[in-house]
Amino acid sequence: MRVSFTVNGRPQEADDVWEGESLLYVLRERLGLPGSKNACEQGECGSCTVRLDGVPVCSCLVAAGQVEGREVVTVEGLADFAKQRAERGGCASGACGTSLQDAQGWAAQGQDSQTGEGAELSPVQQAFIDAGAVQCGFCTPGLLVAADEMLERNPNPSDADIREALSGNLCRCTGYETIMDAVRLAAARQGEVV
Amino acid sequence: MDFLRPASWEEALAAKAEHPTAVPIAGGTDVMVEINFDHRRPEYLLDLNRIGDLEEWEVGAESVRLGASVPYTKIMENLRGELPGLALASHTVASPQIRNRGGVGGNLGTASPAGDAHPALLAAGAEVEVESVRGSRLIPIDEFYTGVKRNALAADELIRAVRIKKADGPQQYSKVGTRNAMVIAVCAFGLALHPETRTVRTGIGSAAPTPVRAKVAEEFLNAALEEGGFWDNGKIITPSVAKQFADLCAGACNPIDDVRGTASYRRHAVGVMARRTLTWTWESYRGTAARTEGVA
Amino acid sequence: MPSNGAPIGTPTKVTQGSKTKGGIGESTLRPDGTLKVTGEFAYSSDMWHEDMLWGQILRSTVAHAEIVSIDTSEAIAMPGVYAVMTYDDLPTDVRNYGLEIQDTPVLAHGKVRHHGEPVAIVAADHPETARRAAAKIKVDYRELPVITDEASATAPDAILIHEGRDDHHVGHVPHPNIVHRQPIVRGNVEEAAKKADFVVTGEYTFGMQDQAFLGPESGLAVPEEDGGVHLYVATQWLHSDLRQIAPVLGLPESKVRMTLSGVGGAFGGREDLSMQIHACLLALRTGKPVKIVYNRFESFFGHVHRHPAKLHYEHGATKDGRLTHLKCRIVLDGGAYASASPAVVGNASSLSVGPYVVDDVDIEAIALYTNNPPCGAMRGFGAVQACFAYEAQMDKLADAVGMDRVEFRQLNAMEQGTIMPTGQPVDSPAPVAELLRRVKAMPMPPEQQWLSAGEEADVRQLPGGLSNTTHGEGVVRGVGYAVGIKNVGFSEGFDDYSTARVRMEVIAGEPVATVHTAMAEVGQGGVTVHAQIARTELGVAQVTIRPADTQVGSAGSTSASRQTYVTGGAVKNSCELVREKVLEIGRRRFGSYHPAWATAELLLEGGKVVTDGGEVLADLVDVLEDEAVEVEAEWRHRPTEAFDLRTGQGFGHVQYSFAAHRAVVEVDTELGLVKVIELACAQDVGKALNPLSVIGQIQGGTTQGLGVAVMEEIIVDPKTAKVKNPSFTDYLIPTILDTPTIPVEVLELADDHAPYGLRGIGEAPTLSSTPAVLAAIRDATGLELNRTPVRPEHLTGT
Repeated sequence: MRVSFTVNGRPQEADDVWEGESLLYVLRERLGLPGSKNACEQGECGSCTVRLDGVPVCSCLVAAGQVEGREVVTVEGLADFAKQRAERGGCASGACGTSLQDAQGWAAQGQDSQTGEGAELSPVQQAFIDAGAVQCGFCTPGLLVAADEMLERNPNPSDADIREALSGNLCRCTGYETIMDAVRLAAARQGEVV
Repeated sequence: MDFLRPASWEEALAAKAEHPTAVPIAGGTDVMVEINFDHRRPEYLLDLNRIGDLEEWEVGAESVRLGASVPYTKIMENLRGELPGLALASHTVASPQIRNRGGVGGNLGTASPAGDAHPALLAAGAEVEVESVRGSRLIPIDEFYTGVKRNALAADELIRAVRIKKADGPQQYSKVGTRNAMVIAVCAFGLALHPETRTVRTGIGSAAPTPVRAKVAEEFLNAALEEGGFWDNGKIITPSVAKQFADLCAGACNPIDDVRGTASYRRHAVGVMARRTLTWTWESYRGTAARTEGVA
Repeated sequence: MPSNGAPIGTPTKVTQGSKTKGGIGESTLRPDGTLKVTGEFAYSSDMWHEDMLWGQILRSTVAHAEIVSIDTSEAIAMPGVYAVMTYDDLPTDVRNYGLEIQDTPVLAHGKVRHHGEPVAIVAADHPETARRAAAKIKVDYRELPVITDEASATAPDAILIHEGRDDHHVGHVPHPNIVHRQPIVRGNVEEAAKKADFVVTGEYTFGMQDQAFLGPESGLAVPEEDGGVHLYVATQWLHSDLRQIAPVLGLPESKVRMTLSGVGGAFGGREDLSMQIHACLLALRTGKPVKIVYNRFESFFGHVHRHPAKLHYEHGATKDGRLTHLKCRIVLDGGAYASASPAVVGNASSLSVGPYVVDDVDIEAIALYTNNPPCGAMRGFGAVQACFAYEAQMDKLADAVGMDRVEFRQLNAMEQGTIMPTGQPVDSPAPVAELLRRVKAMPMPPEQQWLSAGEEADVRQLPGGLSNTTHGEGVVRGVGYAVGIKNVGFSEGFDDYSTARVRMEVIAGEPVATVHTAMAEVGQGGVTVHAQIARTELGVAQVTIRPADTQVGSAGSTSASRQTYVTGGAVKNSCELVREKVLEIGRRRFGSYHPAWATAELLLEGGKVVTDGGEVLADLVDVLEDEAVEVEAEWRHRPTEAFDLRTGQGFGHVQYSFAAHRAVVEVDTELGLVKVIELACAQDVGKALNPLSVIGQIQGGTTQGLGVAVMEEIIVDPKTAKVKNPSFTDYLIPTILDTPTIPVEVLELADDHAPYGLRGIGEAPTLSSTPAVLAAIRDATGLELNRTPVRPEHLTGT
């Protein structure tokens, strides 16, 4: 079957999709977006987390056919997504989520290189690097999408809030402490800007 | 495999009538795991995501009509007052990502004894609204679960909504797992006080082939509360009553040993949860809310 | 142009800030960090090639059986299927592989020995086609009785898991179903036992833990025009893989090129081969690139696990708290194939005493062959199981003597100069008592936060968490301590070396160093450290880390806490050789300008040649001009020797690593649910080359130890030897809500034998974390708890 949807602001189309394929498979193997990771394919690890119409979901549990006509944001588009959110006033009040309208009004800009050098990062991406929250990095894309969405809803999270929001994202390397540091850092920096 | 994408409820019913083996998929949190792990290869997948009605709810005078696909996150956020037991149960479901997709319709459709919503539905009292091209019917929750991962749906029927009685008293929900988040229930327990009818209802998960009520325990407690005038005098429930209630709840279990826990632990834990949830709800009923409320 | 206009090569004063930045000791950031946060870092499962096929492995559904027949005809006839291969299709006579003993069939030959053993492989144009084809292969098994424990393995009439063993261990094992046996005998244990006022014994059980790295086994094999193959894969040791792969393919090693793809964690689980040979076979058979990616279910069958163990311990102590003797017997279940079992036995036996002084010992460790899943390397490697047992013993002994549990340990703690039970002296700092002192002195977490928080409290802080099982009822706090000892690097006479190629040249007007090694970066941060070492040694700002591949010599494995020591040592060594060459060039060019070129100790700092007195002699740019200096050299740590097979004596280990933990837990004693409140750690790291990475390793290792204390276990049915929970739904690893704060104190006592005085750090924190948590749970509940993981039914007596 054919599936048409929007990924990181760009319309995408996948052909000859097997009906049992997940959104994750389509992103990784058909659209050249392997940033969302395939660690468990059973919704337990969160490494495939993307935003579907603004809502964080495990893309391994979304059937490809279910995304027809919908909006998906992956880790590859996170920096631009965060930038455009900031440009339109972001979520300083803490009261707003991303409405479907916002998600649809959003369009990605190109990345400058294959190597990632010079890439513009979202605050949460930068914080993960700075706090040492990245080791093997396999859980990182899913955590970033989840953490970014939490900070959008809740700019001043308590530690318990952070832990709850990230409880669907397994990490095997860090023991989570540096991930906590990273999210606190991103929240603090977000607060300074505002 | 064929992927059916009905744009409306009527189309979905027609598709299900035409292809009774079609497997409905909404949140995908059960079905996709089975597909990814090659445990299941349905002939047809019937996508319900395009039917907006299923994600809506209406709060009526007596009950809440909860669309089958209302995500657990929405239940937690919006229905804490009306459906406190179910809101607590929703909060124990897996992870935020899963709660953003999964809904009660999926729990009912799968009818796993470990489904988190079941004990809350049993305790609150609910009817499952199912429909086919032949028409619509309401299945009382007590008659819905017919066996391990089996329910009372006919092959051509789909779950449209659940009608859950609005809380008329305190409700609690408790679930044991071997991890502090994102865990499938070793066993679970729901309890609802119904001051209007002066009854108590329960629900037990993962401790019998189907979700069950502890009816003997309910009858015992109803009688004990009535006899002691507890509903009126608001006295503390005596430890011996609480203990006997807990023992009867444990006795209502018919659990198995599996990788998640032993049968005897399940019985034990259900007893402990029964006693605690009774204490919490009763304290709340007495107006002296326990210090620590579950967050939903 | 020199900055001050003086003639090139003449001294000038070093100005403030000209020191090299980003050298060792700084928390520089990962060079791969940006790629990893943008999703662009290419992990092995992300590999993609035009026209590639998907490989699928058919695995045995039973644990022990003869294969009567395999019928692949229906599978190969399916549209979209390009190849189906079984044992009979293997191209050469080399049909087994293995790290030490080549006992593992590439594809099952006549027999399967464990649940999930590869039987056939398929290549097809879509993973679903490959799966359906694999499902169409008909395998007729004749089931055999399963061997699942010591009794069934060593029974006189036991079926031999491997007939006709000819490995070098078979001569000294008491039964062919025992892979390896290592006794250690020192002093006179019977005499020493007479001095004991208290004797404490215990039988301990350690469950089977999985590495549960998040990046599944995966890779892409691309056939090459010369008949060879290029394999992009996630592994811990490229050259070890290569040595095992090439003979099976019938290719010289030069025709099997390997490039390390992004590795999503390892923890020992990628020391053995998984899909490597299968992907290469299919690629060579079909002439097309072949990608294989395990799903999580398959991953549980695709790599070895941590050995489950039964440990019998007997210790004695005098009234004043001195250990008198140790008798212990450790039985490790190696499963169906040898993997790293012999080395795990060596570790378990030689480290079974723990970081304590015991002069009289009688120790035996064995690993069994059974039909259980194969077990091998996992972080902590034999030392973890022993630590769980000896630390439980220490608490029991302290209680028996009537001493404080920490003081008892401190009284018996080893120190520099202590003689190990192997007769080897501990010849570098061993601050065991100090580490214990430090964790004990750390501030305790506030009492029952959920109580003091009043109305604000929420169940997330209580045992059971969001599952809302308690509002404080039945919750009891407990505190426990533990300390452990782990060897660093390969032991027992293994030629443990690494290779580094370092190049220095001027690029775009700047001196640049390039470091090329075959070290597998698995997340630990080796690439960060290599750049730091190059900056420190060569005084450059710019360092390029080349991708790891087999175009450079072996780096050894990313395991045994050894990479910073050994490949770090190799990088340091090669940098020093490069520096000498650079200085030679400098002397040749500028030596006549200033006598310091000949007489002073010269360093490279801040892009300049400087004297140890701080005078600048020249800019590196001017020294090098358009010359490039390149060195590839091997570097090895001091040699070790094998343990005597009868007495276990020998200089077996090159270095030890120590960590101590204090665990604070709250247990819902009625429901048996545990919330770990805090896991404080103190560790001696010798020298923290990158403090941020050091902390990350300690916290990560600590958490893996927590996991096996309270939740992680692969459950194997003893009747069928089949794995019952191969999924992340039922094999649970800690979430962020299960993981407490992990305050860390780092001690830096240099080991003079090691580069920069550093100590391998990755594994030690995994050891003591588990027994500390168990001790805390025992403290809260008063239960004996002789097995890990501890489950709710153990805590509730149900």
